[in-house]
Amino acid sequence: MTKAANNMTANNMTANNMTASIMNKKSRISDILLKIVIYFSASVSVLLLAGIIFYVFAKGISSVTWSFLTTETSTLKGTAGILGNILNTVYIIIITLVIVTPVGVGTAIYLNEYAKPGRLVRVIEFTTETLAGIPSILYGLFGMIFFGTVCGLSFSILTGALTLTIMVLPLITRNTQEALKTVPDSYRSGALGIGATKWYMIRTILLPSAMPGIITGIILAIGRIVGESAALLFTAGSGYYLPKSALGYLTKILDSGGTLTIQLYLSMSKADYEVAFGIAVVLLAIVLFINFITKCLVRQFDVSRI
Amino acid sequence: MNNSKIIIENLNLYYGDNHALKDVSMDIPEKHITAFIGPSGCGKSTFLKTLNRMNDLIDSVRIEGKVMLDRENIYAPGVDTTLLRKKIGMVFQQPNPFPMSIYDNVAYGPRIHGIKSKARLDEIVEKSLRGAAIFEETKDRMKKSALGLSGGQQQRLCIARALAVEPDVLLMDEPTSALDPISTLKIEELMTELKSNYTVAVVTHNMQQAARVSDFTAFFLVGEVVEFNSTDNVFSRPADKRTEDYITGRFG
Repeated sequence: MTKAANNMTANNMTANNMTASIMNKKSRISDILLKIVIYFSASVSVLLLAGIIFYVFAKGISSVTWSFLTTETSTLKGTAGILGNILNTVYIIIITLVIVTPVGVGTAIYLNEYAKPGRLVRVIEFTTETLAGIPSILYGLFGMIFFGTVCGLSFSILTGALTLTIMVLPLITRNTQEALKTVPDSYRSGALGIGATKWYMIRTILLPSAMPGIITGIILAIGRIVGESAALLFTAGSGYYLPKSALGYLTKILDSGGTLTIQLYLSMSKADYEVAFGIAVVLLAIVLFINFITKCLVRQFDVSRI
Repeated sequence: MNNSKIIIENLNLYYGDNHALKDVSMDIPEKHITAFIGPSGCGKSTFLKTLNRMNDLIDSVRIEGKVMLDRENIYAPGVDTTLLRKKIGMVFQQPNPFPMSIYDNVAYGPRIHGIKSKARLDEIVEKSLRGAAIFEETKDRMKKSALGLSGGQQQRLCIARALAVEPDVLLMDEPTSALDPISTLKIEELMTELKSNYTVAVVTHNMQQAARVSDFTAFFLVGEVVEFNSTDNVFSRPADKRTEDYITGRFG
């Protein structure tokens, strides 16, 4: 009897809580505080971003004229335009991607599908991750010495593109690898089980399924290329002239060519803020455009919806 | 007995040091259903996978012994696994349609083997879907994603995909364990229809299923075949005490 009574005392609280009414909403101070902090942080970051965009557009939009976008800077003609830099940027993006995409995707396929898990894979993955974290000026130094001097490419768009290839390789590899990891193993065994060779399976099942990840990698890579200055200044140089002839468009890759970001940097160092903000507006527009395209492309390649 | 489609002689399989299949010998009769039963981890799925060399994909696996398909050893050097798996198709536990249209799923196998003509592919796709009793449900949505089908439909689509390469043998690894009872019933009916044209080997956890659909049953226990006989005999007059204990539900 005493024991039972003791038990009841011990259980009293729980029992009471269980039968108590639920109509007793309490506001908890810590919840409210946390909510305030979260809302504050969110609004600061949104406002900062919006503020920067607004400021850059306000300062720079007046410089962005038709001739600014469609001419090269020339004291002879008296023009101040960035078409040469736009062209250089496009060249560097295309050349870099043409080299880096097959290499990066190939590396990811090797690591994920062919290599036996073990030391080699870990070493490669570790190296890739380290490459991704290196300050870009180091790539610039390496690219200038190795591609520029040792390979004799000097200051050229090709030197810049090769340097950036090494820089963005981890982006492509990591994103492709992550995408390949999310492809269920049942797809692999399903395809192999009806007689597909490994490469056929990779080509028809894995790569299409991993396409959104690969595209994300490519887009991030474009973002880094467009935004890069340190790795390019001493490799691609700062040329801003347009090719003089049709053949020039081909040989251009062996000439020095500064991207928009490089030109922005140079304009800033000359305190030419009008041009700098104009370029900033163009860069922002390009980045927004690229993000928009990414979203569309990823949706396009989403294999789960046909 | 009947004509043997696959003859397994003294098959031993090791995962590293683990001896997973011990001296298995068995004749799998042509155009009948052979069921492999036994508790989890007894090696029945591993055994099924040795029949079309799906274990090759695992690095640590070592296999000794012979598996003769129509009197040819499938582990002999010079065997092309692509051609082997064309003859011996496989259906998995989880329905695994590819993330593409229903049509492309079924046409996947024939395309591997070089069939490109649209008319020929159309014909194979329809025939395979009919063979897997899913044509009526899919004929109006051929170009839609296969992932939109229900689980049971997906599994029948996977059977159609396996049939599309015109195999002789169909291996099924617990094909209904992820399905609801009605879908299970449909697959079982389908299996019974399939045996007039194909040799079927099925791994199942469900003893009633083995009793319902199979003609022959092999009972596995820790990597060994304890008993292999006609399903009637195994279920009504088991020769081994362990078989009797298992099928009467005393363990496993």
